[in-house]
Amino acid sequence: MAKTARPNTPSKELLEKLFTTAFRIRNFESEGIKLYRQGLVRGYFHPYLGQEGIATGACAALEDRDYIASTHRGHGHCIAQGAEVGGMVAELLQKETGYCKGYGGSMHIADISRNNLGANGIVGASTPLGVGAAMASQVRGSDAVTVAFSTDGASNNGTFLESLNLAAIWNLNFILIVENNQYAVSTKLEEATRETELYKRGEAIGVESHRIDGNDPLLVYETVADAVKKCRAGLGPILIEAVTFRHSGHHVNDPGKYMPEEKLAYYKERDPVDRARDNFISMGKAAASEVEAIEADIKAEFEAAVDAAKVAGEVTVEDFQEFVADY
Amino acid sequence: MSDRELMYREALREALFEEMELNDEVFIIGEGIAERGGSYKVTEGLLDRFGAGRVRDTPISEAGMIGVGVGAAIAGSRPIVEILYVDFAMLGMDMIVNQAAKFRLMTGGKGRVPFILRTQGGTGGGVAAQHSQSLEALFYHIPGLRVVMPSTPADAKGLLKYALRQDDPVMFIEHKHLYMNKGHVPEGELIIEFGQADIKREGTDVTLIAWSNMVPRTLEAAEELATMGISAEVLDPRTLVPLDREAILKSVAKTNRCVIVQEAVRRGGIASDISSIIQEEAFYDLDAPVQIVAGLNTPIPFNLVLEQASVPQKDDVIAAVQSVLHVDTF
Repeated sequence: MAKTARPNTPSKELLEKLFTTAFRIRNFESEGIKLYRQGLVRGYFHPYLGQEGIATGACAALEDRDYIASTHRGHGHCIAQGAEVGGMVAELLQKETGYCKGYGGSMHIADISRNNLGANGIVGASTPLGVGAAMASQVRGSDAVTVAFSTDGASNNGTFLESLNLAAIWNLNFILIVENNQYAVSTKLEEATRETELYKRGEAIGVESHRIDGNDPLLVYETVADAVKKCRAGLGPILIEAVTFRHSGHHVNDPGKYMPEEKLAYYKERDPVDRARDNFISMGKAAASEVEAIEADIKAEFEAAVDAAKVAGEVTVEDFQEFVADY
Repeated sequence: MSDRELMYREALREALFEEMELNDEVFIIGEGIAERGGSYKVTEGLLDRFGAGRVRDTPISEAGMIGVGVGAAIAGSRPIVEILYVDFAMLGMDMIVNQAAKFRLMTGGKGRVPFILRTQGGTGGGVAAQHSQSLEALFYHIPGLRVVMPSTPADAKGLLKYALRQDDPVMFIEHKHLYMNKGHVPEGELIIEFGQADIKREGTDVTLIAWSNMVPRTLEAAEELATMGISAEVLDPRTLVPLDREAILKSVAKTNRCVIVQEAVRRGGIASDISSIIQEEAFYDLDAPVQIVAGLNTPIPFNLVLEQASVPQKDDVIAAVQSVLHVDTF
């Protein structure tokens, strides 16, 4: 399952990036849940806690011209793709300064300017949309790659096969990352499919497929970087099943009592943010003071975002009516 | 040459050639559209001219291919996805309704979806319940979509060209009975903006509103009505979303009577919505209640007599006109 030898010694710069991104997502989700509890964030909020390693590692392997397509659990992908926390917090607080001006919210958060096709409230939608972006790139002669983040739950949706197959017959620069957190809301993967090793679905239709530890940000980075290289050489698409586990229920108001404690403890032992931090310290030789400074900066950045969002204005009903007048 | 005649399918093809020539971002995918040239020969020749990169056959994966079109549009392309029958578009409704129609609003206007779904609908001589539907009301109901239903070759060309230059998702619904119809299509640039109805025949006694294949049928009815001394105006909205309300109200203000002809089933149809617009905005212009001639509330049967009985015929239109003309004025 896991790769053993590192292809290259990772640079300190890369390790710092992985840690910074993973911690930024962890902080965003933990603090975001507090805002939710205070009633400042309404609607749904699907935390990415426990899965940070996947978005972190994958997006670190991408260039500016590459695309991502995200899921309902999309805050982490958005941050990893470079979105600013200010615009994201403002969106959660339904402010005009939010990435979607408060029209989208948590489930539709998207920083279009960074080639993010957006979070999506329909499980499974990221795959066909991502294949579409990959097709757009191919038609315009660009070597841009599209990463679609998907889920174990989405793997039982018809478009999973349909669109991955289209990517395969057209040799698109497309990477499908199946975040296998082992639950579709509360339904265990074993109850949803007979074959729980989901990467085999890619192999069944001739797509190079891998299964990796999704809680290892560096391994995710290396696997995706390799897949990106192969795609740009015309060897796409590639499927990567990244096995992970949520730290909590499906959304903030789901206590997740159906998740066995031993299993949760097992995955918390392999916490992706801790691993990113440990790698930064051990392999990157980072000093404790460097780590502390990064964490302090990220916390301050979030607090400043909240302060700014609290005083920001909202789209008026008149603006809204004008916006949709041609609908 | 001002008297050039083209078939509906030739006019569509000309629009595709011209726009694909102008804009490298336009591409088209669908079942049997490349080498075979499409079931209705609309895409014939495109593969030779533009190559396999921009003209691609797909497997039978409607939800997947509609989704790919929507994703490509979000990423800045101008994809056309051809779906053989509008009935088959039902397999991709999530991508149409939850993705394409919503993206612009969900992103606060920062994202656009210049996606075109080309398909065809309507009854066509015994192709039965799953290949004969008129489903435009489903799309009409969803804010964020454009619904275009051309009735003539010139409209087909001009509207398709405009569709490829605007930025919202378009349900471009052709009619299986219209592909071989011929009509005048001027040489040179022809762009028809959405939301502009066209008066297909001028008249003074009654306004007949019809779209798609009901336009030629309604025009035949109008011819016959003329022999009875009734002057019918035939108005084709051409695009149902956006709908040219002004043109409708103007015509009704002139004729004071209105019959709406719709191939789709009566219940929950667009005719009912247009009728409600007229009664809300032009009640005092009316000399008779608005009449709707529509399909029966039924799946389309295979038997040809029953098929005919399922959708409006010329005589149904004539009878409705006679009925609105015989109602006493207020």
